[in-house]
Amino acid sequence: MRNQCLYLSAALLSVYVVFHSCQGEQAIRRAQYTVNGQKVYATHCQNCHGARGEGLGSLYPPLTDSTFLLKHRDQLACVVKYGLAGPVEVNGIPFDTGMPANPALSPIEIAYVLTYIGNSFGNSMDMFTLEEIQTGLAACRSAGAEEE
Amino acid sequence: MGMRSSFLLVGSYVLSSVVACQQPTVKTLPILGSREPVTEVVDGQTVTDTVYHTIADFRLLNQDSVFIDNRTFDNGVYIANFFFTHCPSICPTMQRNLLKVYEKYKGDERVRFLSHSIDFRYDSPSVLKTYAEKLGVTNDQWQFVTGSKAEIYGLSDSYMVYTKEDAAVPGGYDHSGHFLLVDQSRHIRGAYDGTDEAQLELLFDDLATLLKETRD
Repeated sequence: MRNQCLYLSAALLSVYVVFHSCQGEQAIRRAQYTVNGQKVYATHCQNCHGARGEGLGSLYPPLTDSTFLLKHRDQLACVVKYGLAGPVEVNGIPFDTGMPANPALSPIEIAYVLTYIGNSFGNSMDMFTLEEIQTGLAACRSAGAEEE
Repeated sequence: MGMRSSFLLVGSYVLSSVVACQQPTVKTLPILGSREPVTEVVDGQTVTDTVYHTIADFRLLNQDSVFIDNRTFDNGVYIANFFFTHCPSICPTMQRNLLKVYEKYKGDERVRFLSHSIDFRYDSPSVLKTYAEKLGVTNDQWQFVTGSKAEIYGLSDSYMVYTKEDAAVPGGYDHSGHFLLVDQSRHIRGAYDGTDEAQLELLFDDLATLLKETRD
């Protein structure tokens, strides 16, 4: 009986350790993406969208509208890479300035910057993985090809 | 001793201590730019005076397609900068910072703002009008002006701001993002990096200092 108890607690402990280390790994990866993303953000996004994602008047939209970001999660990679031409409504305010493309950004950099934006400024969207970005980019490339 | 006289006593004590503590050292801002001594004979006496760098005369179209000139800013001080509406680099940060000053002094006619567009090809008055509205400028305290290349680029020298048409930089125009604080005598009293938050704080302080010496 005593041995059984020991085995059981050892098993529980190992499950706990495995679970925790996985979570820890995930958390470390997210932190790494966020830190890298902040650098990308400062270089490519901050001028218009602001250090706190506050935007500027009705010239440049804020990045604090979590509902908008969640709704358009699948398109965000394409917006970052290829820009945005049409009008868009964020936080109830219409914007039509358009956003320039960032053709030089690699998929991993886009994953970094979206992870940063998605988990700052009051947003909590969890991680954008490289796979998610690649899927998103492939979708808008094929959509663009159909239009042509 | 009556109530009234004791009030008087306390009042005069407080007043005298406040007056006594106030130091006569009033902070003044320097006058920036080149200066030269000019010696003249006035009424038979030789007088040497210093001539300071002064903003040149200008006459430029604003966002309402109305010509404005130096006299528009005669009633107080103003902050000038150079930008263009499609500037992808420093301008949004610069204008976001200047907007903070504008919002603080909105309604205070002693403080005005003058943004010169260096994109003389694209930034027509109507483009500037739309830009100003979207930025959140709702009165004529902040003027956005356009002019010929020679006018604007010549004037930038007067404000000691670097401007250049350069196809190699994003947006096509290279320029410094400084704010110039100009007093009622058209002298530059301060220059601040418009993209730096610490410099913005300095501008707030200096502006308050300058307003104390401004005539109504």
